[in-house]
Amino acid sequence: MGSPSTAPSSVDSPLIVDGLGKRFGDVQALDDVSIEVQPAELFGLVGPDGGGKTTLFRILTTLLIPDSGSATVLGLDVVRDMWEIRARVGYMPGQFSLYPDLSVEENLGFFASVFGTSIEEGRSIIAPIYEQIEPFRDRRAGALSGGMKQKLALSCALVHRPDILFLDEPTTGVDAVSRREFWDLLHSLKESGLTIVVSTPYMDEADRCDRVALMQHGRILATDRPAAIGALFPHPLFGVRGHDRVALIRTLREAPHSASVFPFGGELHYSDTRTDMDPSQIASEVRQLLHAKGMEDAEVRSIEPGIEDTFMSLMGTASSTVPA
Amino acid sequence: MMRPGAMRAFMVKEIRHILRDRQTLTILLLLPLAMVVLFGYALRSDVKDVRIAFVDPMPDDATGAIRNRFAGSARFQVVDVVPTVAAVEPLFRRGAADVALVFEPDLAGRLSRGSPAQLLLIGDVSDPNTGTTIQAYASAILADYQRDLSTARSGMRIEMRTRMRYNPTLESVNLFVPGLIALVLTLVSALMTAISLSKEKERGTLEVLLVSPLRPWQIILGKVLPYLLLAFVNVVTALLAAWAVFQVPFRGSLALLLVASMLYSMVSLALGVLVAAITTSQRAAMIGAMAGTMLPNELLSGMIFPIASLPDWLQWVTIVIPARWYIVISRGIMLKGAGIEHLWSEMLVLVAMLAGFLLLAVRSFSSRLD
Repeated sequence: MGSPSTAPSSVDSPLIVDGLGKRFGDVQALDDVSIEVQPAELFGLVGPDGGGKTTLFRILTTLLIPDSGSATVLGLDVVRDMWEIRARVGYMPGQFSLYPDLSVEENLGFFASVFGTSIEEGRSIIAPIYEQIEPFRDRRAGALSGGMKQKLALSCALVHRPDILFLDEPTTGVDAVSRREFWDLLHSLKESGLTIVVSTPYMDEADRCDRVALMQHGRILATDRPAAIGALFPHPLFGVRGHDRVALIRTLREAPHSASVFPFGGELHYSDTRTDMDPSQIASEVRQLLHAKGMEDAEVRSIEPGIEDTFMSLMGTASSTVPA
Repeated sequence: MMRPGAMRAFMVKEIRHILRDRQTLTILLLLPLAMVVLFGYALRSDVKDVRIAFVDPMPDDATGAIRNRFAGSARFQVVDVVPTVAAVEPLFRRGAADVALVFEPDLAGRLSRGSPAQLLLIGDVSDPNTGTTIQAYASAILADYQRDLSTARSGMRIEMRTRMRYNPTLESVNLFVPGLIALVLTLVSALMTAISLSKEKERGTLEVLLVSPLRPWQIILGKVLPYLLLAFVNVVTALLAAWAVFQVPFRGSLALLLVASMLYSMVSLALGVLVAAITTSQRAAMIGAMAGTMLPNELLSGMIFPIASLPDWLQWVTIVIPARWYIVISRGIMLKGAGIEHLWSEMLVLVAMLAGFLLLAVRSFSSRLD
């Protein structure tokens, strides 16, 4: 294993991953993964569960040793410089790792002390987040809502002023409003100069990152800005609506130039193999086809492909991931 | 890199966990009290109204005299006289008799000829302590009879042999208290630490702690020290209960006993950490701690079954059971008033075990996840 790195290495990059591989028994959890993250970048790892995101985080936070390849965090080697890295990173694992029987303030104070600091010393960095949960500082963490737990966990990961932040699926199990607020917080942290690596199974959250890497089966399928990733989609794309989805899917799959069809929220995304044809012309052809087959209410419009479309096409499967 | 504040914060946090789990805390605090009282009463050696049957194949003066002495005793109640041993069996099975005394045929003749006479006491005792006590009462009555005979005609004797239908052991509440303390300490130290540490694993908080400047030994120390405090409270409670309820004698140095108890607690704590380190869930850790520490400490320590009564290979196994050594120490101090000069070798064994288990625990407690 270990093909040459695709990203040019810069000394200043707070995170450089080069050809990482990790296997658990028969499962290749990571396969030749390479990424490079820039200072003060909000970098997203996007992909379905089991894609290798958590394994990658655990290697970067020195919890696991890779089988092959190498990685540096803040210029430190993840295997050799384990203790230096641990003092300087902030890490929020997949579940909100808090003590439910301790209060909000006690949790935060404990994690601050573990890193040799205090809530007061860390206050300036956590202030925008902690202020939102401070009214509940005496409440036990176990009695907080998902969104508040998430903010407390983020405060705990930030209180020692880390130089880089690793967040493993921080928005899983949190309501939509809290998710939006959380991403706003990440943006303000990024503005203050913090490098953030965040993973998510939700495609719609990928748009909020500076750059994303699409991950599946332990591999990186693509790494780029969200808009650029959408542009990687190889075919003209159309949104199709109609009340008889089953018939729509069947008909579109059997259409002469069909590239892919998959459900996307309330509509279907249909892509067509005729890349050099005018999209509006394709749309009207498809519409006629559907009307001819008896689906008179079918609407077809040309749309810009998003990250999820690219992801589906890169995965080479028509199964949908969890819609937001 | 690591400030002393971190250790303190860890212990404060751990003490909060202990104090906030009210139910568990209550159980842990009352446990030594309950165990001493329950075990103490359950193992009381006063036995009254023992139902005795006689197997008298050839009734004569001698058997009649002995039967009368039993009938006259407040301890015994004669339920039947049968001619053969086989006839006693149904009595046992029905639960109508507790013991049977078997006479040799022609007992009076043997005694008058001066040849040794044999009596056999068969006990139907599921509780070994009761059996031992009954045996002692019967022996006393026979010894009385023998003494009277001997003054009349010298050189005559009755030999009594006892056969218990279940494996008998010799224990009393005095011997039990040291074992109970060991059991309570094992529970608090090994089981509770194993649960508490594996809880961190399950919740994912350990993952965060690992990605911190805390070293494994600091996590372990912060985890176990509060439990050592709890163990200390438990030892004192158990001793007080034993002394107040059963007047268990306390002949040796309290300080030495407390030192030995804390040493034993630390061994158990290290075992608890070891169990938590090699298991992946709370449930597995709990079962592991029960099977790996509670059971052997109860069964193979000499607390209930004397080590001498175990098969040879099991006797060898007991060497690695910490409670075995602790019980020797605590019995020595409490019951015999033994000092460090008599117990240093057992203490050394515990120190060696502590070092060994601690090393194993720290080594198996990885600073990474795999």
